[in-house]
Amino acid sequence: MLQFFLSHKREVFTLTMEHLWLVGISMLLAIAIGVPLGILLTWRPRWKTLVLGTNNVIQTIPSLALFGLLLPLPWLGARASRLAITALTLYALLPIVRNTYTGIRDVAAPVREAALGMGLTRHQLLWHVELPLAANVIVAGIRVATAITVGMATIAAAIGAGGLGEFIFRGLAMVDDHVILAGAIPAAIMALSVDMVLGLVQRRLVRVHH
Amino acid sequence: MAESAIEFVHVEYRVNGRALLSDVTFSVQRGEILMLLGPSGSGKTTSLKLINLLLTPSAGTVRVDGRPVQDWDVIRLRRHIGYAIQDVGLFPHYSVQQNVALIPKLEGWDRSKILTRVEEVLHTVGLPPAEYSGRYPDQLSGGQKQRVGLARALAADPPILLMDEPFGALDPITRLELQKEFKQLQHRLNKTVVFVTHDVGEALTLGNRIALMDSGKLRGIFAPSDFLLSQDPFVKPYIEAFRAGLQVSQI
Repeated sequence: MLQFFLSHKREVFTLTMEHLWLVGISMLLAIAIGVPLGILLTWRPRWKTLVLGTNNVIQTIPSLALFGLLLPLPWLGARASRLAITALTLYALLPIVRNTYTGIRDVAAPVREAALGMGLTRHQLLWHVELPLAANVIVAGIRVATAITVGMATIAAAIGAGGLGEFIFRGLAMVDDHVILAGAIPAAIMALSVDMVLGLVQRRLVRVHH
Repeated sequence: MAESAIEFVHVEYRVNGRALLSDVTFSVQRGEILMLLGPSGSGKTTSLKLINLLLTPSAGTVRVDGRPVQDWDVIRLRRHIGYAIQDVGLFPHYSVQQNVALIPKLEGWDRSKILTRVEEVLHTVGLPPAEYSGRYPDQLSGGQKQRVGLARALAADPPILLMDEPFGALDPITRLELQKEFKQLQHRLNKTVVFVTHDVGEALTLGNRIALMDSGKLRGIFAPSDFLLSQDPFVKPYIEAFRAGLQVSQI
């Protein structure tokens, strides 16, 4: 096993980087879309069913099928990585939107009322009160989404988007456990280390004052 | 300015067709403490929230400084009015200093002025800044939280204060202590105060006048001395409760 890693270290490195890139870009997009969307839902609760429902439906689409469904789209279908990033972003969205929404909604009513009664504008309420108090829950959502995305990104190799899935699919075709593990082990390490880093971020956000 | 600080004219507030407040008319003079007394659900808190536009009247007019509240910029109106509530609503992620400093900061005061002001109001409410500035809300007792809540409401020196059972959740001894201090404080600060309570004793001790509310209606406004002598059928149970040394909520 170790020998396989050593003899293929270049390829392991390249595919790991590709994988990291797919996950990184998808997560940045998912956060950039998901957090504002979650905030919007707290302002327009009527849209909640529609937005969370759509997101739930997306989650139920098998990833291979989603890649296939996106394929005919003009700009997206032109490059495998664009396609993969779009699909991964869509999957990562739900936990982020949902946690942003619940995190803000669960801010204690008296706190919100006092803030409004004191004369905070809606944006000041968001920045000074709601987001800081919801930060812990929002980051928890991002952690879940990242873990899903690292795993899901291996499937991107099926449409030629690269990443550690290359080893997994190749290993499956060759019926060679070593090759499968060459993809699976770095992916697992990646998932664990990203989760650890985000866990540290989360702990820093929750002020400890005792 | 001759006009009243706060004025209610035939104010009504309805939710889903149900009137929580009907035909309420009264005014609050500058520098006066008006106590809104009544049982739960009588419309006291609703009245308070109509003053700072947390609620909008369904009919009638609420005026602050002679101007209908709807004509005010809502943010200006609320910063003109300090607000202290029973649950305090301190920001748990902010220290005492940050909680008190927030409105002055948003108002764009400069740093040194904010620091001086925070120390000043913390002294005013009996919390030595050196000891309490850096603490967080979960490191304070109930009484201390209320003091910080009051300090925060006073921070930007608003001429009007709305207080919604601010001492309601405290033990009797702490409550008495805070009531006494509040009374002394008012002599110095001379704010216009609307104070919601269900405690007759509190209403009699702190108020310049007592507005008695019941089922969304104003039943009368009394000076504390008249209140105890009143033959009004709505007042009687309160007098009995007071004589029995009970709170009206326990009748």
